[in-house]
Amino acid sequence: MAEEHLSQLEDEAIFVIREAYTQTERLGLLFSGGKDSIVLSWLVRKAFLRGGIPFPLLHIDTGHNFTETLAFRDQWCEKLTATLLVRKVQESIDSGRIADDTSTNPSRNALQSVTLLDAIGELKFDALLGGARRDEEKARAKERFFSFRNRSGQWDPKNQRPELWNLFNGLKRPGEHFRVFPLSNWTELDVWNYALAEEISLPSLYFAHERDVVTREGMLLARSPFVTLGQGGSFERKTVRFRTIGDITCTGAVESQARDSRAVIAELTHTSTTERGTRADDRKSEAAMEDRKREGYF
Amino acid sequence: MELLRFITAGSVDDGKSTFIGRLLYDSSNLYEDTIASLVSYNQRRGQTGFDLALVTDGLKSEREQGITIDVAYRYFATAHRKFIIADTPGHEQYTRNMVTGASTADLAVLLIDATQGLLVQTRRHLFLATLLGISHVVIAVNKMDLVRWSSEVFQRIADECREFCQKLTVHELVIVPVSALDGDNIVVRSSHCPWYTGPTILGHLETVHVASKRNQIDFRLPIQLALRPDAEFRGYAGRICSGHLRVGDEVLALPSRRRSIVSGLTHSGRKVAEALHGQSVVVALENDIDLGRGDMLVRPGNQPMVAKTLDAVVCWMDERRNLTKGASYLLLHTTRKTKVSIERIRHRISVDSLHREDVRSLQLNEIGRITLQTAEPIFYDEYRVNRETGSFLLVDELTLATVAVGMLRFLAPSSSEEHSPNTLWDGSGVSLEERIERNGHRPLVVWMTGLSGSGKSTLAGMLERLLHQSGISVVRLDGDNLRHGLNGDLGFTDADRRENLRRAGHVAKFLFETGHIVLCSFISPLEAERNEAKEQYLEGDFVEVYVRASLAVCEIRDPKGLYRKARLGLIKHMTGIDSLYEVPLTPDLVVDTENEPVRSSIERLHDYVLQRLYSAEVQGNG
Repeated sequence: MAEEHLSQLEDEAIFVIREAYTQTERLGLLFSGGKDSIVLSWLVRKAFLRGGIPFPLLHIDTGHNFTETLAFRDQWCEKLTATLLVRKVQESIDSGRIADDTSTNPSRNALQSVTLLDAIGELKFDALLGGARRDEEKARAKERFFSFRNRSGQWDPKNQRPELWNLFNGLKRPGEHFRVFPLSNWTELDVWNYALAEEISLPSLYFAHERDVVTREGMLLARSPFVTLGQGGSFERKTVRFRTIGDITCTGAVESQARDSRAVIAELTHTSTTERGTRADDRKSEAAMEDRKREGYF
Repeated sequence: MELLRFITAGSVDDGKSTFIGRLLYDSSNLYEDTIASLVSYNQRRGQTGFDLALVTDGLKSEREQGITIDVAYRYFATAHRKFIIADTPGHEQYTRNMVTGASTADLAVLLIDATQGLLVQTRRHLFLATLLGISHVVIAVNKMDLVRWSSEVFQRIADECREFCQKLTVHELVIVPVSALDGDNIVVRSSHCPWYTGPTILGHLETVHVASKRNQIDFRLPIQLALRPDAEFRGYAGRICSGHLRVGDEVLALPSRRRSIVSGLTHSGRKVAEALHGQSVVVALENDIDLGRGDMLVRPGNQPMVAKTLDAVVCWMDERRNLTKGASYLLLHTTRKTKVSIERIRHRISVDSLHREDVRSLQLNEIGRITLQTAEPIFYDEYRVNRETGSFLLVDELTLATVAVGMLRFLAPSSSEEHSPNTLWDGSGVSLEERIERNGHRPLVVWMTGLSGSGKSTLAGMLERLLHQSGISVVRLDGDNLRHGLNGDLGFTDADRRENLRRAGHVAKFLFETGHIVLCSFISPLEAERNEAKEQYLEGDFVEVYVRASLAVCEIRDPKGLYRKARLGLIKHMTGIDSLYEVPLTPDLVVDTENEPVRSSIERLHDYVLQRLYSAEVQGNG
């Protein structure tokens, strides 16, 4: 790799992936179909050489997906010969575990936590790899590589294990689990540069395309069966791309002309907004991410 | 692009959050929406503008209490470098976070409030940073606007810092007057202090040369796991802690001590011929020697210490229970896990005064030196030469939480020790540790170099007397004296002078190893020779003192009449006349006998030696 620091980040991530695999009994990888989990699964395959990915990928499906995401997800898993497990928020709603968001601006993003914790219990995972990065958000800036979750699956920022040098304490009692974040020290730009250097294909949503969008609270939301027009709004056709891919109801697009990785990197190098500035779920309150994390969010 | 990792620390009100906010803002690393959310935060509170301090304010509970709870990692880049900041809180009860942040950092930026001066808190931060092995320190003297940019105030604080740092292992200390609020000297040079000619904070961070904190010499590869992707291939995965490895190299496995040859190396999914420290690799071996997690690959000719009795400096991090003698824990070291019991708490190190204190237990956030006994042998190096193989965690057996972190020191093995390739002692009985115990001080070599007549012997004699009177076990080796007996067969040719110094060096080493303070007064004219002597010791165990006086003055003094004889051509190879004297490049102390009275020379020398005797103890340095 041309960039010294990308190579260092890769070495670190692979070390952490192998630590998670060898220190725990049932490991899974939280796969959202976004670029971070794509790069993460790529690194996992590298970590185990020809062994492929020796544990399943888990997708928590909110039901509010971009169609492109699901298509890409299935193709990607086939390419990596990875086992994919899907658990649906809709099923949690149907079984009465949770109530759907019926507000005017509905989102199932926060509801995912329940489905996720149920899946962890059902599939007996004691650790899950995730693609979260510390540069994304202020609550994540304080995350450990090995993030300890108590028996209720909760994150207690005041009770995290000290993490020094390259020593990761992955020991736990029954019922407790870890979220492990090998990409902790990567930035958005690092992920893009790495994907470019490794020739990893990313979903088309990340690149500029024509789409009907509605402007809501300064964000561009895509037309979908789940996004209805409020008072006064209207859909407009614009050239946009997405910086993050999540639930369709809360993932905003940005106007962009960047049609390939190099153009995206050039755009990001000069951007003046944060990556998660396009996420309605983070804009709900000052501590939105922190609160969701405490409840067991990704 | 190069990556620099640094920590920031400061006391509660010295403006650290504003400082980081300013650093990010002025280097164009803050985004519009971040600024917008800060503006709206202020608006909701009826204030205008935005508060740079809030950029780094993370958790809700922190905002409520107005403090920082945990280490926050931040990322930014300039055209020259990428940076990772470990932002560590200054709050008293969170020492563990400072230690955490420092463990992976190359450099520390410490903030001092110019209106307050050097407080206990900053001394703690300096001590902790150097304890964890950070030797590059930047001190930002903040709020200079509040002292009207007084160069006197700045100078006074800078002097205090420099003085305190002399007790610590700081290789580079840069002190910058700043105002985080106004942005002076952080990214943009200030116009308020024409008297300051040093770099801005960012200017320094972008250009500072930080030697790799990884040891590049001693090859160590702890095995994470064996990989067997298919029937034909078997490889061992791990991250190289230090040194490098090539295909074809012979390796030794610990603890089995079986040998093999490297037949293949994989890095980043590709076959490579050579792999370096820091890289995550898979190693294939010519013959199957059955390795597993916790084993370590090394070179047969360069092995780590192997021991079950460990000497360590630990930071205790558990609030529920204290560390006490006899307690048992799990020890995590490299990829190895073993049971361990606390043999002895030797002392607590006061983070404020650096004094050693006699205690029965260590409490939350306290630092102490302890002896541990492991169930299985550990393969380690001293922390100061290898962070990766010199560090460990202690884990509570019941809660499985991490309760302490530790840094290993070299413990001269007793005869019961299983194996140690670097043994200084032949098991003859009394160990260095026991001698230190009885003497009440560590050994030290004070190497005094300088021209003939510069005053080495005089100063050494006086120093010997002073140390002896304080009950310190001290021995003086004098070049001339040795030539009467041990070196009586040697003349003054280059070869003979080298041999003279070689023998003297060995005698000094022997005396050092038996626990003495050794005062060596040898002209030792060449840098290479002095370095050769120095290299036999660990850093901190050897002090180089340059006794300076000009040739002219030495010639006038001419206590033995040697210069006169040399000028008359009666003797040859006289240093300074027809033989070269190389002025030391990096002496630990310079004593100028030409320009200062003997009394102040000896006072400075005496003070310095006492300080070193005492500070080497607290640095975790041997």
